[in-house]
Amino acid sequence: MNSGPALVSILRQGDTLVASVHTALDDSEMVRFQNDLVRQIGEYRARGVIIDVAALDVIDSFASRTLQTIADIARLRGAVTVIVGIQPEVAFAMVRLGMGMGEVATALDLEEGMAHLAGLRGSGARRE
Amino acid sequence: MDAHHDEELPPQDDQSPSGDMLLPQLVAHLREHRATLRDDWAQRIHDAHLLEAMTPQEMVAETTSVYDNYVEVLETGSVEALQHYARDLSERIIPRGVETHEVVGIVLLLRDVLARSLFEKYQGDVGLLNRVLDAYEPAANRIANTVAVSFVDERERVIRQQQDAIRELSTPVLPVRERLLILPIIGVLDSERAKQLTEQLLGGIRTHRAKVVVIDITGAPEVDEAVANHLVQTVDASRLMGASVIITGLSPTIAQTLVTIGVDLSKMNTIGDLQGGLEEAERLLGYKVTRKGVTDGS
Repeated sequence: MNSGPALVSILRQGDTLVASVHTALDDSEMVRFQNDLVRQIGEYRARGVIIDVAALDVIDSFASRTLQTIADIARLRGAVTVIVGIQPEVAFAMVRLGMGMGEVATALDLEEGMAHLAGLRGSGARRE
Repeated sequence: MDAHHDEELPPQDDQSPSGDMLLPQLVAHLREHRATLRDDWAQRIHDAHLLEAMTPQEMVAETTSVYDNYVEVLETGSVEALQHYARDLSERIIPRGVETHEVVGIVLLLRDVLARSLFEKYQGDVGLLNRVLDAYEPAANRIANTVAVSFVDERERVIRQQQDAIRELSTPVLPVRERLLILPIIGVLDSERAKQLTEQLLGGIRTHRAKVVVIDITGAPEVDEAVANHLVQTVDASRLMGASVIITGLSPTIAQTLVTIGVDLSKMNTIGDLQGGLEEAERLLGYKVTRKGVTDGS
């Protein structure tokens, strides 16, 4: 696995992990991000994952597939994933190329993503 | 330019040097009889019922400036100042409904008035008259050309500006409640408008932080396959941005088109009319609208 400074910051906020992608990731960086995130979900016993892609001006098919894979893995590890911050142009380009986020939840921004997770939790067991 | 050409080709014949001398002489003549010729011209404009949108005072002011500009172009051979003036003039008169034929008409009238005056002055000497007209005509034609082109350019600019304005107005994104947008589509939805609709909608979702968007296409007579697919893509893109889209007012024709061409409608949330769409949107957002006074009854 390649090392170096993180191109994605993963922050913990309660039982939610917030991963911000700061810059376009190439395929190997994407894989590294996936591994980091999946490991931390277990480490912190996260129940929710928010991936913020607001800084990306392009999301290619590999990136979108990886994001979906992360969401699938996270679900198996007990966390719900929300992708937030997809820019208008990016959203339309993705749809034009026949890509989407499958069943993964999406939200406008971090705040909305948090609200979405809180909503899900509200219908289940409350933490506080 | 043509006058200068003569200058560059001295071996043509003995006309060239005198042709070169003729323009200043001609300009002096036109300056000397400025008042008479200008009035003559204004009279002709009046007789031809041109520029009737302008007041007499404006006519005097404008004809004087056009006349002076005209003579200046004859003198200097540079149309830049005239171009500038013509554009300026067009900007002022286009909103008042002045037509292209009027503008071209008055310039041609001025050309005729001046040509006739030259004719009167030099008719004693046909050879000289010919040379004067040789010097005058190309310059005069160039002036007519410049004015017409400036006017048409200005008109086209105005038209383009209006088209942009109409296009912008044709796909309004209206916030009706916090986080709820309505997008009424009225008129034919061609691919150009569909593209613009997408931009406006996705941009609107971000600026208004919308969670639900109601697209009402009651006013759209028909959609073709490309536009239908575009619409579906817009709905998908909105979902990627975290907003759900409700489509209302699908006419029987459009509904049939969509099904016939096999657009994937499974993920599209459609509701019969705008009212139903708004109610559904309010439900999704958790609003509950009740009428005052009948709350206890329900």
